Amino acid sequence: MAKIASFGAYVPLYRLGRQLIGDAWGIPAVPGERAVANADEDSLTMAVAAGLDCLAGVDPSTIDGLFFATTTAPYSEKQSAGVIAAALDLRHDINTADFTGSLRAATTALRAAADAIDSGNARSILVTAADCRLGEPESMWEQLLGDGAGAVLVSKEGPVAIQAALSVAGEQVGPWRRAEDRYLRSFEAKAETQYGYAVGVVEAGKAMMEKEGVTANDIAKAVITAADPRSHAGVGRALGFQPAQLQDTLFLSIGSPGAALVLMMLAGALEQAKAGEKLLVVNHGDGADALLLEVTGEIAPAPGRKGLFGHLFQKRDLPSYTSYAHFRRLMERDEPVVASSAVTYWRDAKDELNFHGARCLNCGVIQYPAPRVCGECGVKDKFEEVKLTRKGNVFTYTLDHLVAGQYLNTPIPRLVIDLEGGGRVFLDMTDGDPQEVKVGLLVEVIFRCLHEGAHFHNYYWKCRPVSQA
Amino acid sequence: MGSIKDKAAIIGVGCTKFGERWEKDVEDLVVEAAYEALEDAGLTPDDIDAAWVGFLYDFTGVSGNTFSEPMKLFGKPVSRVENFCASGMDAFRNACYGVASGVYDIVIACGVEKLTDVGGAGLPMSQFGHPVIGGISAPGMFALAATRCFHEYGWTKEDLGRVAIKNHKNGVLHPKAHFRKAVTMEEVLSAPIIAWPLGRFDCCAMSDGAAAIVITRPEIAKQSKHKDDYIVVKANALATASAQPMYRNSFDYLGFPATRAAAALAYKEAGIEDPAKEISFAEVHDCFTITEILNCQDLGFCEQGQGANFVAEGHTEADGDIPVNASGGLKCFGHPIGATGCRMIYELTKQLQGRADGAQVKEPRLGLAHNLGGPGSICSVTILGRPD
Repeated sequence: MAKIASFGAYVPLYRLGRQLIGDAWGIPAVPGERAVANADEDSLTMAVAAGLDCLAGVDPSTIDGLFFATTTAPYSEKQSAGVIAAALDLRHDINTADFTGSLRAATTALRAAADAIDSGNARSILVTAADCRLGEPESMWEQLLGDGAGAVLVSKEGPVAIQAALSVAGEQVGPWRRAEDRYLRSFEAKAETQYGYAVGVVEAGKAMMEKEGVTANDIAKAVITAADPRSHAGVGRALGFQPAQLQDTLFLSIGSPGAALVLMMLAGALEQAKAGEKLLVVNHGDGADALLLEVTGEIAPAPGRKGLFGHLFQKRDLPSYTSYAHFRRLMERDEPVVASSAVTYWRDAKDELNFHGARCLNCGVIQYPAPRVCGECGVKDKFEEVKLTRKGNVFTYTLDHLVAGQYLNTPIPRLVIDLEGGGRVFLDMTDGDPQEVKVGLLVEVIFRCLHEGAHFHNYYWKCRPVSQA
Repeated sequence: MGSIKDKAAIIGVGCTKFGERWEKDVEDLVVEAAYEALEDAGLTPDDIDAAWVGFLYDFTGVSGNTFSEPMKLFGKPVSRVENFCASGMDAFRNACYGVASGVYDIVIACGVEKLTDVGGAGLPMSQFGHPVIGGISAPGMFALAATRCFHEYGWTKEDLGRVAIKNHKNGVLHPKAHFRKAVTMEEVLSAPIIAWPLGRFDCCAMSDGAAAIVITRPEIAKQSKHKDDYIVVKANALATASAQPMYRNSFDYLGFPATRAAAALAYKEAGIEDPAKEISFAEVHDCFTITEILNCQDLGFCEQGQGANFVAEGHTEADGDIPVNASGGLKCFGHPIGATGCRMIYELTKQLQGRADGAQVKEPRLGLAHNLGGPGSICSVTILGRPD
């Protein structure tokens, strides 16, 4: 029986109060705030962040597969999971796959991972999910949606057993985006809940409880996804749960992060789960998936894992709707043209994605990017490839207003960083106030998209202050 | 290893007005500078045996044709030299070896750049380098040094500002300088930031311009129009350092190893033991104010860590004991990339001949020109003097 060995989450640092959205359009606002991915974030980079969170304390070379679930993959043709696996520094001989097209994609991936473990074809598979959906400006979706990512490590061993899984199909038009659509479209909301969402979730939930011979009273926490609180409360009642048994849908704090919601809620539930408890997971989207989990051992806190709550408490408020519009590129602006080359990018993947450096076997100095001739002692081709740490201190910096021949009002901090354990790198800072940069500042290295040169996503590492990360 | 000392002589120099020369193109600038140099030498294009032209950007040109086409100097060897911002002085260096070898008798070195054709803010950088590793603006590269020096030495933006004030003061006097306006500390400190801690007045101008130098051997110079005041090359050295200092573990950002290496080579070649005493004046590469301060240290005009004090104490003023950038420097005279190295040779020559266009330094014996390229990764140092 497959187990959950670890879990993780990621929430972008920035939050937008829904009142600011309402004020911007002169329309009513629903309560709470929503998470907003930075301009250099997308579903892929958020999945890397959640994956790193989930793998805190786990040797990445032990992972046999990487699944990525999303409805907002950065490429229509090109696998995201492969990029994520490289950034997580996983092995090369693993199974990578994207699960997409439905809000149910994460539980589809989770079921596939569990099946692979149960079949003996893999020992551990990391399932990541992220979404960054756009609601049409001025629509209610703009307020309801949010950005985020979650991850679970499915393995032969672990403190949480996946006791059973089942699915129901349910064809209904809504919500949807055609291939050419930028914004989410939806069915009549009320009818959609009544005939779509609620039908599938209740059917799957009931089927699972009947099949496994458990009642609502046996379940410590029901992790039931929903895009709004009213539908959530409704299906909770229909399945016989008390409100206290229902895991928070993150409606007030993040918004609906699409395919990632179920893994983020699951992370939240597992952070508080105790040995012996049973969890029911029901996820919706063109039908529903249900899983019954049992906590069989103590879930030990993993050092370095922030989880859902660690990310929820660290945030910055966006000052205006304009900042959101800028981050999500809602206003048409000319992007600076940056030269790039898919060939160069491919050739240097070990530097760029795996974030490996080289240690000189003669003088011992760790160098980056990996050279042929040692920059310190001059010996040729005597290096071992080493994994660089993702934390370091600022050696020097500038706040650069000149970018690609344009003067920016808000400068980009460019930091020379001495990494813990050796190696010096030069990275842009993001997710922070340029004025807080100083020599000696402790920063963590994070995965972001730098630019779109040569018509591909030029992903690389940036950094941000550890104090707020 | 041999030496260039006293084997090459300058017999003519020319330089265009630097600045935003909107109405002029590369052809105009090359012809303006080269003909001025040839007229100064009393020669015609027919007298030239070979030429070297230095420039950086592809919008300025490609190949030796960038010089030969405007000059219609066909049927002779003309090479393009590119070495970042040191392209101009490297063209001069190659030309010197051309005559010193005895292969050519009279050669010309020209530097040119036409930056305003692409306009915009700052130097275009996007054509260089890697998709994601290492990109940064020119002021950003040098700002990294300023930040580190602020941290190590306690220097401030006022320390940087004094360099801008001095160089603008000098530039006012030079008819060919880009800017002809003095600036105050208040103006300098309140200017918009370009790349912290460097503000607008810490950065050199984006200029168009060209300069050209006619070079021969001393024995030919003795029969030239400048037979009584030709200038000889005492040293000409070039050194490189890492073009990726931001990844070098040992790079301390308190100076530029390329400058130190080129200076050591040049001082050895010229037989100079105490540069602070023996060098009369210098044109140094003040692409940014911080660079001039560090150059003074790296060139041995003052001790490490003393660069800001050295400027503040007035040693580098046009009437100080070692005037630095009496022309106004890159800061105020302008910095058309490939032209700058030759412009420095032009300035040194005229200062040594006592016919400086702007502030004339007192009793110059040896002048030093320092041309720095890339993120401080290419350095050319030239020392000129009168024949002994």
